[in-house]
Amino acid sequence: MKELKILAIIAALVGITYYGIEPYAHHIMHPEVKAADFQFKDLKNVDTSLAGNVDNGKVLVEANCIACHSLESAGHAKTMLDTDAAAAYGVVPPDLSSAGRIYDKNYLANFIFDPVSAMHLSHKYPAGGAKAFPMPSYNWMSGQEIMDVVAYLQSVTPKVVGKDTHKATYDAACGRCHSMSYAKSEATTPKDAVKAYMGATPPDLSQYIKSRQEHYLHGFINDPQLLLAGTSMPRVGLSEKAQEEVIAYMEETGDSKKAERERVGLWVMLYTFVFAILAYLWKRKIWSEVH
Amino acid sequence: MAEFKQADSMYEWFDQRLGIDKFVKVMMTEYWIPKNINFLWAMGVLLSVMFTILVVSGIFLLMYYKPDVNMAFDSVNYTIMQEVGYGWLFRHIHAVGASVVFLIIYIHMFTGIYYGSYKKGREMIWISGMLLFVLFSAEGFSGYMLPWGQMSYWAAYVITEIFGGVPLIGGDLVVWIRGNFYVSDSTLTRFFMLHVLLVPLAIIGAIVLHFYALRFPHVNNEEGEFFDFDKEAEKYLAGDKKNSKVVPFWPVFLSKDFFVLGVFLVFFFYLVFFHYDFAMDPVNFDKADGLKTPAHIYPEWYFLWSYEVLRGFFFEIAGISGKSLGLIAFAVAQGVFFVLPWLDRSPMVKPANQRPYFKYWFWFLMVDLIVLTVYGKLPPTGANAWVGFASSMTFLILFIALPFITKAEAKKVGGK
Repeated sequence: MKELKILAIIAALVGITYYGIEPYAHHIMHPEVKAADFQFKDLKNVDTSLAGNVDNGKVLVEANCIACHSLESAGHAKTMLDTDAAAAYGVVPPDLSSAGRIYDKNYLANFIFDPVSAMHLSHKYPAGGAKAFPMPSYNWMSGQEIMDVVAYLQSVTPKVVGKDTHKATYDAACGRCHSMSYAKSEATTPKDAVKAYMGATPPDLSQYIKSRQEHYLHGFINDPQLLLAGTSMPRVGLSEKAQEEVIAYMEETGDSKKAERERVGLWVMLYTFVFAILAYLWKRKIWSEVH
Repeated sequence: MAEFKQADSMYEWFDQRLGIDKFVKVMMTEYWIPKNINFLWAMGVLLSVMFTILVVSGIFLLMYYKPDVNMAFDSVNYTIMQEVGYGWLFRHIHAVGASVVFLIIYIHMFTGIYYGSYKKGREMIWISGMLLFVLFSAEGFSGYMLPWGQMSYWAAYVITEIFGGVPLIGGDLVVWIRGNFYVSDSTLTRFFMLHVLLVPLAIIGAIVLHFYALRFPHVNNEEGEFFDFDKEAEKYLAGDKKNSKVVPFWPVFLSKDFFVLGVFLVFFFYLVFFHYDFAMDPVNFDKADGLKTPAHIYPEWYFLWSYEVLRGFFFEIAGISGKSLGLIAFAVAQGVFFVLPWLDRSPMVKPANQRPYFKYWFWFLMVDLIVLTVYGKLPPTGANAWVGFASSMTFLILFIALPFITKAEAKKVGGK
């Protein structure tokens, strides 16, 4: 009994200290911010309840988008090398094949209407400023036309299944600027170009699942400005599902042994638990002779 | 030279040459430990096991680690953590073990303070133990640099910078420690050497000294009772085990330690596999970048209390800058525990709760150390800075007051 009392006192002292230096200190150093919003409710320029017309969307995309963007799933291949594209636009323009799959519908429609406000980058590209975002606003299109474009992009997006989606989504959403050396993945925009375009080399994401961790990434990818005000990383506009795929890929790359760790962990703990029981029985036997 | 008979068995052959019988008696079966003890007396064995675990896991890590600023980070986080079979396991055991070893050291140390196990002949046990604490601190600090993450780099930067405050030679001393004007490749390689060779050697030496220092004054017990070990041992050997106040190290003492060890290891492995962030700070999974200062720089949790004593003095007092005052306080904090046996002027060797004045001092110290630890991590802004100042002052005052408190106690109990 006395020993349990001692143990309780030690547990209390250790517990208080732990609470102070871990949960409490983290709470002070990283205050909670607004929860992630996967409906992108702040974007209201386009009426997304309109049903899009795929055929009209195809006409609009071919007239307005493929001059700069490739759309490989519909047979529009890249027309430039990545180095040339980066030199021309600042950053390699995305292939639109997966746009219909990975971006939230509301975000995508409003992005087409006005990219800078959708990305929360007006501090970097102020209206009438010297620098302009490489993609123009399509605010002259009607809401119906924009929804036609969205419908068309959604119709041509290839089906990806299983774990392949993790890498595919990461490549499409992050891979133009970020490298991930542990996955042997290099940013498609050349290093010097992306550095000039973003103001600094975007970080290698190999260990971001560990250094930033899931909770932070969940909020950060959804809206970088909330957690890192002034960053030149845009709000990408991933749907919740696509964002989970990206984080899953970062985990497969940065913490590839997680499943093994959790499996082995249970066995080791069970082993030591059995050891403790046997040790207790032995101790009782030995000490019965001296008490 | 002794005369050697033909040995009848392999055991006898070795016994003739190595004195196994005698050795086992001296070290194990007739090495006497008081019977009146609780599980806190198992911390020494826990620490021996933890040190062994750290050495073994360290050896495996050493096979793949590369002490070079361009390779260190990836050799740990990619090669060891992801490519080498069970490399992650050794890394986790090593990193979490290094943190948990300090938890046990602190429990061990404050057990010693609580039960008064540092005086009346036990001074050398205490001093060799404090020496081990300092060596483990050096080991922990140098090891934390090796993964070459952001916190490795900036903690190294801040801590080596401290030596710049030493009068006259400060500036040169910092360069001498770093091997460069800033924390660089030469800093990494020399701390690597310290971590894997010099400090471990010194630790092993200090452990031997610590164990040896126990031999003559013997281990303390729960009531601080002094008795004749030889007489009690005789009683035990004569078969009166129940009335003897001692038990042999093997198997009686160790059987209890193994049980405590078992319980501890369940907890330890839970941390290793499922809850390791406290020992493997997320910030350190960003590669070291000398141009990018992290928003918050803090040492590992076990250094926080002394770090807070250092930065608690943030303003000038009587013409001495806050930085200098902090350094002086920091230096005092590092050394003051060594002289504890002489600051405690009371002859009482009793658990703190049976000592009329010391008990208040002890629990005050515990509370103050916890406050220092917590505020050592929090950003030192606004009210936090003042809490830091107050708790640092409290720490110093506690040790200045200790001789007076214990002197008064001695008077009250009349030299008992």
